[in-house]
Amino acid sequence: MTIGVVVFPGSNCDRDVQWAIEGCLNLHTRRLWHEETDLNGLDAVVLPGGFSYGDYLRCGAIARFAPVLQSLMDFAAKGGRVLGICNGFQVLTELELLPGALTRNQNLRFICEDASLHVTSARTGWLKAYGKEASLVLPIAHGEGRYQCSNDTLKQLQDDDCIALRYGSNPNGSVEDIAGITNASGNVLGLMPHPERACDPATGGTDGLSLLQALLS
Amino acid sequence: MIVPRYQARVLVHLRPSVLDPAGEATKCAAIRLGVDGISKLRIGKAVELDIDAPNEEEARRRLELLSDRLLANPVIENWSLELMDS
Repeated sequence: MTIGVVVFPGSNCDRDVQWAIEGCLNLHTRRLWHEETDLNGLDAVVLPGGFSYGDYLRCGAIARFAPVLQSLMDFAAKGGRVLGICNGFQVLTELELLPGALTRNQNLRFICEDASLHVTSARTGWLKAYGKEASLVLPIAHGEGRYQCSNDTLKQLQDDDCIALRYGSNPNGSVEDIAGITNASGNVLGLMPHPERACDPATGGTDGLSLLQALLS
Repeated sequence: MIVPRYQARVLVHLRPSVLDPAGEATKCAAIRLGVDGISKLRIGKAVELDIDAPNEEEARRRLELLSDRLLANPVIENWSLELMDS
């Protein structure tokens, strides 16, 4: 089993993701430079956090045109599992693999702290191990994590049971306290919190382990 | 044959329904400066570019594609286009 980890110029959580997947879950990873197009042999792909292409213009706006993401569109369309963390979530919305958009935090600050989260939907494999209504704590570290969408999109997300995670105490002004969403078919998850930073007791907790394990579910 | 050059400016703004915290903070500073009467302050981006195209219609078509697909994210932003002969 091999997990792809996309690396854009400006990604800075790619090694953390790799460390968590290899060191804590004992799985293989393959780093995918943004110019690569071959995703053959991968069981899942992670878009890590960071500042892809400097986040110029808008977070994720330039990354959307990376060759690796054109292949990722096909990969996701065939049901391949895709996990977008932080900047990776922003990229997934720009790609329109997930609806809505992420913009500047309401308080204009870069927020770096532990966040209490609630599992809103355990429908998909990503959060099944936690169970609906479960609480977990994951670190957040973002300046542009305020999830925004139209009322119609919000209703669609609710109707399709696609709101995966909510903040216990909304840190950034996101609509409906949304911290993470899936697509309707459930193979794509985007979230602002960092599960890879919560995979070893030495770094403050292991609440992120099951989520990364779900890359294989 | 000389292909005409057009100057364009694309203005990108957050949609009215999306809170603009940077605009709000700047409005507060404007009030502290003593400038009265400001009821709305929204911050956007201006993108200036030169584009060569056979005619204005084609220049406009390309710029509209660019604005809609790259310069603005229609989920949260509106854009407008100003086009001038160079």
